Amino acid sequence: MGDEVMVTQEEKMASTIEPHGAKGLPFAHTDLLDTAELTGAEISFLLDQSEAFFEINKRQVKKVPTLRGVTIMDCFFEPSTRTRSSFELAGKRLSADVINFSAAGSSLKKGESLRDTARTLAAMGTDLIVVRHPAAGAAASLAEELAVPVINAGDGCHAHPTQALLDLFTLRRAFGRLEGLKVAIIGDIAHSRVARSNLLAMRTLGMETRICAPPTLLPAAVERYGCSVFHHLPSAIAGVDAIMMLRIQRERASSGAFPSLREYARNYCLTRAHLALAAPHCVILHPGPINRGVEIASDVADSPRSLILDQVTAGVAVRMAILYVLWQQGSGQ
Amino acid sequence: MFDLVLKNGRVIDPAHGVDATTDLAIRDGRVAALGAGLAGAEGIDCTGLVVCPGLIDLHVHLRDPGQEWKEDLLSGAQAAAAGGFTTLCCMPNTVPTNDTGAITRDLVERAVAIPVHLRPVGAISRGLAGKELAEIGEMVSAGAVAISDDGCGVQDGHLMRHAMEYARPFKIPVIIHPQDDTLFGHGVMNEGWRATELGLAGIPAAAEEAQIDRDIRLSALTGTRLHVAHLSTAGGVELVRRAQAAGVAVSAEATPHHLLLTDADMPAYDTHWKMSPPLRGAADRAALVAALADGTIQAIATDHAPHAPQEKELPFDDAPFGVIGLETCLGVVLALVRDGRISLADLLHRLTAGPARILGLATGHLAVGAVADLCCFDPQAPWRVEPERFYSKSRNSPWAGQELTGRPLHTILAGRIVCRDGTVVEGR
Ligand SMILES: [Zn+2]
Repeated sequence: MGDEVMVTQEEKMASTIEPHGAKGLPFAHTDLLDTAELTGAEISFLLDQSEAFFEINKRQVKKVPTLRGVTIMDCFFEPSTRTRSSFELAGKRLSADVINFSAAGSSLKKGESLRDTARTLAAMGTDLIVVRHPAAGAAASLAEELAVPVINAGDGCHAHPTQALLDLFTLRRAFGRLEGLKVAIIGDIAHSRVARSNLLAMRTLGMETRICAPPTLLPAAVERYGCSVFHHLPSAIAGVDAIMMLRIQRERASSGAFPSLREYARNYCLTRAHLALAAPHCVILHPGPINRGVEIASDVADSPRSLILDQVTAGVAVRMAILYVLWQQGSGQ
Repeated sequence: MFDLVLKNGRVIDPAHGVDATTDLAIRDGRVAALGAGLAGAEGIDCTGLVVCPGLIDLHVHLRDPGQEWKEDLLSGAQAAAAGGFTTLCCMPNTVPTNDTGAITRDLVERAVAIPVHLRPVGAISRGLAGKELAEIGEMVSAGAVAISDDGCGVQDGHLMRHAMEYARPFKIPVIIHPQDDTLFGHGVMNEGWRATELGLAGIPAAAEEAQIDRDIRLSALTGTRLHVAHLSTAGGVELVRRAQAAGVAVSAEATPHHLLLTDADMPAYDTHWKMSPPLRGAADRAALVAALADGTIQAIATDHAPHAPQEKELPFDDAPFGVIGLETCLGVVLALVRDGRISLADLLHRLTAGPARILGLATGHLAVGAVADLCCFDPQAPWRVEPERFYSKSRNSPWAGQELTGRPLHTILAGRIVCRDGTVVEGR
């Protein structure tokens, strides 16, 4: 692959992904910590940017020189295969140097001062930091200490904004719009950063949200997200445009949140029979990895209604857009 | 001729209903006279100041022995003197635990050299483990004024019943940190919208109320006085109020932070706002303030809980519970008077005679002949909380950077000036 190809693609990039010029992006943040802080216009801007990268990802040569010379540190203080691979791929397709800084391979562990972690990262002199941490608020605390942009790749039960944005991107591609869509989110809302970030963004975008779970899997005052609360799956999905199933951690049963996976599945596993209750065009999302037969029946997961693999594909493009936009914010370019 | 005369202050002695602008004279470490035109070897002009009994904090953590990097007897006593306190009751969750007469005696002996009266609280159970009784009789003989497993709820109801029965002949109150661990779970802040929004695990009010309810019943059963530490919920207030109306010997305290702050006020993930019990909702706070005013809550206690910066810099989930309060207490709670929630005399009662009565102490009032423990504060003085200027070794205050109104200036301990113009002059 020669430089010629690169330059050609760079020119294409310039025409497709910089409609707003170098200065004054319609995006007012130097970090991406949660969807709570994003306006509808900012979410739309990120999704528009993602479209351009989505197109690039369909090409035979997917690598563009956009972030050549930029170093991205992916810091995962909690095990993750999917999100981490997605970020790594996104960074590499942008030609950035991607470094992994993981808890498993270092002395960093739960209990280290976040300030020390931040200082260590700052001293390495990277340009962008992606962080996944088991403690809620960790990304925000690191961002406070660090001058370079921080992207939250999931902090405890708090937020997972890149997942929410890729979910929205997937829905927007499926429906051509987001406003007015009815979405049901089913499962362990209490422990889900994906649900929180989606509920906040969906409210901002004027979508109708419903949540459904046994009361033991709902957090206190959850209705303040502006969603309707259901405990009965068929009622929750009646007439909805999209159903987002959340992964059930097997250990929830032993903690007493529900009697058994068997009983959970009988009441909350999305089956083919349920789909008739939703809108005819209803699509299925799941942040993965899926528990077949627990929260989602195998044939539903594999059905044409399922966009689960489209989400994975979208994730790379959306993360490319986020890395690109935040690097511009951070470097002032 | 007196040793020391506090001139022209507004002398408020809540225990005796005194509120008059006058001189107060001290001789031989005791209150000698109140009246106009008193003369002494030394005089302090207290014009514009309130002169009241030295404040009594029946719930502090001095981290000594064992965790002196957080606080020690001297730094804690200096923080107390700067805050207008003359008596502290230190909780037994030290390393080792104050669960024997020897540790209590060591504290009492070392306290001779610090600028505060120290009244230790002994443990209920050995090592605060909740399994077997600590040596309650030995600790009381050595000077313990109460017993408590503060920091832990006593999970075993049978042990708690025995602790209360056993304590009765010693005429000391049993102080509870009401916490049902199974309901508390892994919670780190109040259960509610703020916790949900921040993705943090909640602590339900029931975790506290379940044990308050149990221990009120055990107090009724055993006849032992019960004192509920750091009441934080409206439901807890109601339980205490009903028990008092039914004649059960139960008292309660509230902290400045629970009286003034709610979970909704907490800056996101600020570990200087993490304490147990956690800050609750607005209705809970209102119930606490009302209970403080009507006397259901007899004492304000700071639950001064120092932690070093490196301990509080951890993620919110991992940081220890606890905030400090000795040096900010008065400035914080005086806001309740300005807001018309409680009279100044009643507020001072909850900081002096109220806790003295709970513990059966002879101090907390200004009768002629009483030990001259005094606090002189300027109720109008505005000041900014600068943790780096605290006498405490720790900085974990939710009021860092805030403007408070009302500041202790002079603190007198048994007739000795230990803090003058806001500067501690003993033990430096
Ligand atoms: Zn306590």
